Amino acid sequence: MIVGKQKPFEEIWNMVKDFKKVLVYGCNTCVAICHAGGGKEAEIIASMIRIKAAEEGVPMEVKHAGIERHCEPEYFEPLMEEVKTYDLVLSTACGVGVNFLSERIGNIPVYPGINTEFFGAVPQAGVFTELCAGCGNCILHLTGGICPIARCSKSLMNGPCGGTNKGKCEISQEVDCGWYLIVERMKQLGTVDKLYAIQQPRNWSTARDGGPRRVVLAHIQDLEEEEAKKES
Amino acid sequence: MKSGSNLERVIASGKPAVTAELGPPMSADPQEVIHKAKLLKGYCDAANITDCQTAVVRISSIAAAVLALREGLEPVMQMTCRDRNRIAMQADLLGAAALGLRNCLCIAGDHQSFSAAGKLKGHPGAKNVYDVDSIQLVGILKKMRDEGLQEGGDKLEVAPKFFIGAAFTPGGEPMDYRPYRLKKKVDAGADFIQTQGIYDVEMFKSQMEKVRNLGIHEKTAILGGIIVPKSAMMLRYMDSSVAGVSVPKPLIDRMMKAKNDAGTDKKKAKEAQEEEGIKIAVELIQQVLEIPGVKGVHVQAIEWESAMPVILKAAGLYPRPTFPDA
Repeated sequence: MIVGKQKPFEEIWNMVKDFKKVLVYGCNTCVAICHAGGGKEAEIIASMIRIKAAEEGVPMEVKHAGIERHCEPEYFEPLMEEVKTYDLVLSTACGVGVNFLSERIGNIPVYPGINTEFFGAVPQAGVFTELCAGCGNCILHLTGGICPIARCSKSLMNGPCGGTNKGKCEISQEVDCGWYLIVERMKQLGTVDKLYAIQQPRNWSTARDGGPRRVVLAHIQDLEEEEAKKES
Repeated sequence: MKSGSNLERVIASGKPAVTAELGPPMSADPQEVIHKAKLLKGYCDAANITDCQTAVVRISSIAAAVLALREGLEPVMQMTCRDRNRIAMQADLLGAAALGLRNCLCIAGDHQSFSAAGKLKGHPGAKNVYDVDSIQLVGILKKMRDEGLQEGGDKLEVAPKFFIGAAFTPGGEPMDYRPYRLKKKVDAGADFIQTQGIYDVEMFKSQMEKVRNLGIHEKTAILGGIIVPKSAMMLRYMDSSVAGVSVPKPLIDRMMKAKNDAGTDKKKAKEAQEEEGIKIAVELIQQVLEIPGVKGVHVQAIEWESAMPVILKAAGLYPRPTFPDA
């Protein structure tokens, strides 16, 4: 899932303080699981803004709402007419949601209420860890299911650097060395010999380096077109 | 000869090679490089010119290497994978070769958050690159030199002729994988290897046995790393905090004894420890050179270049070989 973290309230206040009618708009999928931007968090942020506005003597109407997903039109379109009555939407969806709503909402600004962090998992309640960097060319079959791009601080492809210290990364004793984990896992799987082969320089064009990415499924597009024809 | 560098010639001669280290300054003043080059000249076969070591901005390795070369000290330029993508790397390699540089050490580089272990501000907010890793960089240098091709496949009219180096951390974890990773570096094209500083000679011996069993020592020249200890405090720090380095207790105890025997005079304690540090370095050099498969030493007297003549003479490594036609 996409992991997000609420922005410091001071930053949020500075974004919203000059608006009169604000909607704090939550997203109830990924960012709700990480307690950053679901409907519940949107409600709390809305209350905090109201309290601060009252303290500062700023007249402001603040409402909150939450929908299932901000990244697909079918979820937010039913509410769009109402959303358009505000003069600011503070979205607590991930950056995808902020972008997606912003380009469909017309002349109303959509500001981010959270910082979108990474694709992560939930190893224990309240802890979220980055496990995939979305590079567009998966090699997890070669690395024991542990991603060196996401989990090695240097995204090295050919084993651990000299900075491995007691199984931890040179950047912090709190961070596991990704390559230490890979080597140990490959030993456990009996496939450590796969790590003896040189991985050549990668083609990073499948990652963000290649520019904004798109995935197009032609067969789904064709189906949609057929449906549209039938209806007309 | 792959590069014709002095370091390559010494290694080819079969005599133990000696490399040293020269850290460029955080300053645009060339004098510090020139001064250090003068101190090291004649006391090593080539000197590594570090590339923004500890992730701190300094005179670039290539520029400082050219300053050293002008003083008659052969440089080993270093190139980290932290700061450049493959386009910048290859452009710099062509430029370095055009300026007369003949040795290049390929390393990952300290992470940008390192900032001299927190002693300096550094640039922890910098974006790192790591387009390629050190093993891939070795392969790029080899492809440029031996095939006359860029990584992308375009031809080079004149190929850069580098003697290619890489690093080895014998005491790094996971230790059983390290010799295999070294083999990858050598298979990729590393002509010489400089190891992380060795204090635990027994550990290095055991890793070298594995290296020999893989036949790596016959395809590359392994130079054992010696970091000249300056004080008991430095040895303790290296033992506890430097990745892949462990210092046996008897060595720390020796330094502590030298310090304590000097009494309360701080200057005397410093001198006594430096004297003991030089003795330790000489012993380590001799022990490392005895290990089968080791072709030389990489001696780092960090910010203490003036110690090199004493150490080399005591270790029986002075004078350095010279070549009449060079």
